Amino acid sequence: MSNLIVLPLIVPIITAILLVFLRENVMLQRIISLLTLSFVVLISVILLLEIQDQGVMRIDFSGWAPPFGILFVADSFAVLLVLIANIVAAICLLYAMFTIGKSYEKMYFYPFVLLMVAGVNGSFLTGDIFNLFVCFEVMLLASYALISLGGDKIQLREALKYVLINVVASWIFLVALAFLYGTVGTLNMAHISVRVMEAGADPLITTVALIFLIVFSLKAGLLLFFWLPGSYSAPPTAIAALFAALLTKVGIYALVRTFTLLFPNNTEVTHMVLGIMAGLTIIAGCMGALAGRDVRTIAAYNVLIGVGFIVAGLAIGTESALQGVTYYLMHDMVAKAMLFLAVGMMIYVTGETVIDNMSGLIRNYPFFGWLFFIVMCSLAGIPPLSGFLGKILIGQGAIEGGNFVLLGLGFLSSLIVLYSLLRIFLSSFFGETIISLEDEKPLPKRIVLPLTLLVACTIGLGIGAEWMAPYVIDAAETLYTPSIYIDAVLDGTTWQGEVNK
Amino acid sequence: MKINDVILRTVTKTIVFIILTLGIYLFFAGHHAPGGGFIGGLVLASGIVLLYLAYDIETVHKGMPFDFKKVAALGVLLATGTAIGSLFFDVPFLSQAHSYINVPIFGEMSFSTVTLFEAGVALTVVGVVVTIILSISEDE
Repeated sequence: MSNLIVLPLIVPIITAILLVFLRENVMLQRIISLLTLSFVVLISVILLLEIQDQGVMRIDFSGWAPPFGILFVADSFAVLLVLIANIVAAICLLYAMFTIGKSYEKMYFYPFVLLMVAGVNGSFLTGDIFNLFVCFEVMLLASYALISLGGDKIQLREALKYVLINVVASWIFLVALAFLYGTVGTLNMAHISVRVMEAGADPLITTVALIFLIVFSLKAGLLLFFWLPGSYSAPPTAIAALFAALLTKVGIYALVRTFTLLFPNNTEVTHMVLGIMAGLTIIAGCMGALAGRDVRTIAAYNVLIGVGFIVAGLAIGTESALQGVTYYLMHDMVAKAMLFLAVGMMIYVTGETVIDNMSGLIRNYPFFGWLFFIVMCSLAGIPPLSGFLGKILIGQGAIEGGNFVLLGLGFLSSLIVLYSLLRIFLSSFFGETIISLEDEKPLPKRIVLPLTLLVACTIGLGIGAEWMAPYVIDAAETLYTPSIYIDAVLDGTTWQGEVNK
Repeated sequence: MKINDVILRTVTKTIVFIILTLGIYLFFAGHHAPGGGFIGGLVLASGIVLLYLAYDIETVHKGMPFDFKKVAALGVLLATGTAIGSLFFDVPFLSQAHSYINVPIFGEMSFSTVTLFEAGVALTVVGVVVTIILSISEDE
């Protein structure tokens, strides 16, 4: 029992509510929300260290033993994601403070961000699949508010699409949960895993697994991503960066959990479908990124390529591929936040969104130009930046597993990512300087600071990969061997007996 | 044209007390029987909405000068507060405590922290329902 596990969920919720009472005091809101996120970062570091000592930890809410009560389970995979998600959220919040404006800040912007982060943390940590649904809803409700905050015409149009898609997806989620409960009779994830193992490759269970696949694909933007490019380019930069960094990753996390822990039996079907969907997502994302002329569109399609690549790693499913998935998920949160902030800053200084209308920015803003260069290298996975190791490990897994199609697609997509961003770099940063020195819009240091911090994160994750390795290896081992997770949640002997029965 | 709503207003004056009493009854009944904070809160909110229907927003607001958004926030704070309280006693999150205390006149009664949690739920429901109804009515 360790109450620490619940803090990443409950602390942001409580401070979000406190901020409602401090609506007029914007300065205090800023300080408190930053402090909260830093506190969660601290807690997740402590948790990560404790997990290395004691193995997977859990907390049974109000003492109800699993599988009867709801519980939170902290394994390295979940806590690593909580850690990076909160660092990225704090940096995006920093950017929001300097750019988003008082009207947003007084319309409960900070409480909504904190509630969304609480939902994200809860989704990562929960060990009960119905609770996962609830945490998804907390996160989504806050994101509905954030996407429509401001009330521009285009925002309302995209918000409507976004809300409708997600409401439908949540409904399918509920239906899938009902099917699952009807089939295996439990909602505790570890217990589901045990029951599913007993049942073997049952067609009914495979069907339920595929319904879950549809639900999480909608949320993660895997193949069913038609809503994503529009929705992610409508809101202000800081919010779009938060969405791109966190929301699709929660969907991917759910996919990883579902297809490593819950339904590991019929992998010929489920992992093949996952592989095909991942491949198609990569191809479609590349086409979008190549065809786009609007920087925000190119950025949004880059999100999809990332999603496809991570799920390809999951579909390959060997232990080194899962290590790659863990590394790449962490990298992708940082990288997508970087990309969206960089794109947002380009729009901020030029007022344009089409790449042909921007030129020679590097002469006006040399530091920003080189930051963008690092962002580009990081996304393409050039060493020593953070994307490199994830790509190598997923590639290694693909060779071990003999999935050469996914291997080829994955590495070709890196080239396309590089090309699509290089196009922005060449046409907008290089070339003739259009903006004269008098018209130059100043880019204050405080606006560049968040992007600089994120760039520092990607360099840190890349160079510190060796230092992260024990945690990532532990995370992948837990994912690859579900019995570690199950042992921690259920009493070891009981469930072994249940399987042998 | 002015609508004649004498009957509605007269009935509301008495009915509202019955509804509010029922709401509070349901709230306390929920401890061991069907009922509870959510249902009690909904009934309380329906009583308040009836007041808004029978009279106008200004009149009701004079009697109940609350910002219902803050009422909802207070409710969530109360509920999460009791949940997090268990952390200070080193028991699992969301643990509840109860005990029997001898109260003059009523005799021995059971007191538990669940009631506080439920009060939070009830306040949240009242706050949210009234806020939704008010923002729809403003939207003309």
